[in-house]
Amino acid sequence: MTKVLMKGNEAIGAAAIKAGCNYFFGYPITPQNELPEYMARELPGVGGVFLQAESEVAAINMVYGAAGAGARVMTSSSSPGIALKQEGISYIAGAELPCVIVNIVRGGPGLGGIQPAQSDYYQSTRGGGNGDYRHLVYAPATIQETVDLVMEAFDVAEQYRNPVMVIGDGMIGQMMEPVEFKEPKKRPIAPKTWATDGTKGKRKPNIINSLFIDPQELEDHVLRLEKKYDEIKKNETRYENYNVSDADVVVVAYGTTSRIVKNAIAKCEEEGMKVGLIRPITLWPFPDNAFEEITDKTKGVLTVEMSTGQMIDDVKIAVNGKKPVHFYGRTGGMVPTPDAIVEEIKKIARGEK
Amino acid sequence: MAKVFERTNGLVDIPTHYCPGCTHGIIHRLVGEVLEELDVLGETIGVAPVGCSVFAYNYFNCDMHEAAHGRAPAVATGIKRVHPDKVVFTYQGDGDLASIGAAEIIHAAARGEKITTIFVNNAIYGMTGGQMAPTTLVGQKATTSPFGRDVSHAGMPIKVSEMLATLDGAKFVERVSVHNAKEVRKAKKAIKKAFELQLSGEGFGIVEVLSTCPTNWGVTPVEALSWLEENMIPYYPLGNIFSPKEAK
Ligand SMILES: Cc1ncc(C[n+]2csc(CCOP(=O)(O)OP(=O)(O)O)c2C)c(N)n1
Ligand code: SF4
Repeated sequence: MTKVLMKGNEAIGAAAIKAGCNYFFGYPITPQNELPEYMARELPGVGGVFLQAESEVAAINMVYGAAGAGARVMTSSSSPGIALKQEGISYIAGAELPCVIVNIVRGGPGLGGIQPAQSDYYQSTRGGGNGDYRHLVYAPATIQETVDLVMEAFDVAEQYRNPVMVIGDGMIGQMMEPVEFKEPKKRPIAPKTWATDGTKGKRKPNIINSLFIDPQELEDHVLRLEKKYDEIKKNETRYENYNVSDADVVVVAYGTTSRIVKNAIAKCEEEGMKVGLIRPITLWPFPDNAFEEITDKTKGVLTVEMSTGQMIDDVKIAVNGKKPVHFYGRTGGMVPTPDAIVEEIKKIARGEK
Repeated sequence: MAKVFERTNGLVDIPTHYCPGCTHGIIHRLVGEVLEELDVLGETIGVAPVGCSVFAYNYFNCDMHEAAHGRAPAVATGIKRVHPDKVVFTYQGDGDLASIGAAEIIHAAARGEKITTIFVNNAIYGMTGGQMAPTTLVGQKATTSPFGRDVSHAGMPIKVSEMLATLDGAKFVERVSVHNAKEVRKAKKAIKKAFELQLSGEGFGIVEVLSTCPTNWGVTPVEALSWLEENMIPYYPLGNIFSPKEAK
């Protein structure tokens, strides 16, 4: 396969179409606009539909309708827009429908800014929509990985009948890298016998619904969802570990921050230090297992985020008090420098933190 | 003996949960009859709202999709774009459609979305216990307008049909009522026309049906019918507001 140089947002669109996504409902917001623009140009040519909704609220509900009708469907937005989509995401999760949601994160709160940030960690992993629901969150670090995960996300969503979110910071959306489109691994996907596509007089009506007025019925439904989420945790948790078992300090970072951390680690290694990296690829489910490789040799764990510290909560749960967990972060669209991270690593190694 | 009246196959054979005297049941029946007569039950996907008719998905004998409060037109848009050859309708109350879902209905109409909306206007929020709706009449008491709707405070009630008829994408807009047998027959005609226009691919169609809520209006079912006639119709005049014929 040949590699092509593509901008992140457009590569996501191309990956979605290659994965068979024929429907896209969206609403403009920087820094993800090239994605709906790409879909507007490309979907009609493959017999698909791009529709610019009147709001993010409408867009996600169009996704809800299209997913219920049996389609492969996607929407994308950036932080304040995803906040508006949370209502629909809860309904989609409650009604157990597959769809892919892309969040090209920008700084907040409120209108915030348009520069890369990771301050939507809570928003994406804790919901924001109401109720006991979960969805997979992929956090790719390169455009190649973004393309791979977007293609797989559609299959994963259908396998589990659950929304899947792909989050990239503004950097993933805006930078260009060479990519190659590879077939995702085959997954067991059941035919969509539940879809609302007309009974044709041949079957009982299908009902897409998330309302259970009887408390016992609702509890049963929620517990059944919980079982499904356990399956997802067991089968779909992903991470990258680098030199964790041999490290004096272990750094935890995801997305583009992990690339900056890799530079910092290389600098430390030049000076003879042993520094490990845990890079969660799925933010939910969070890769608790990755932390089992940490040994007694390690002095401390450093979480690096482009936020004031959100993933650190999950890191602390995973470390479970065995090691001190420290934090370094920049926010508001400011990007950490490798040197600043090296400094933090050294403080931990010297026992100053 | 010849049968002169029977259950419509457009509705599932189960009891509804509506209060005695509520006209939601009549409106369901009209929609069910029309879908049966047009022979499209197997090709239809309905979208149920939030409100007293939230369980509409249990009553219509076709595929149904429940939507969040106000979002039915967006959900219907998603469905119709995936299945342009199918019949897609929304069934929505006035709180659902004219308040929280105002943007969704305006834009579905503006896009000329080829769906049919059955808009049940009972001038109040039924399900949540009788709060003021955007359609609550001036001076009408509701639990959140205990002294009667005051225009200087809450503004004038919204005439949804007139408003939507200003949009070029809306191809059929008619207001009907179900407070007596004659009006029920007219209501059915309008509903049928709206669905026929969807089948011929005209564009967006809405039938606003004036309906009663004896429970939250605090009157008997019979009094509710006259209250509707005497108070609602003068402000919400019945009739065709926009249809393709007039457009030419
Ligand atoms: C987001 C959201 N806000 C509020 C509610 C509560 N709620 C349920 S029904 C309803 C009013 C429905 O009134 P209407 O649409 O007029 O229908 P009716 O019950 O009168 O038939 C409200 C506010 C909700 N379910 N969801
Ligand atoms: S509360 Fe009103 S609208 Fe709701 S079912 Fe009862 S009478 Fe009908």
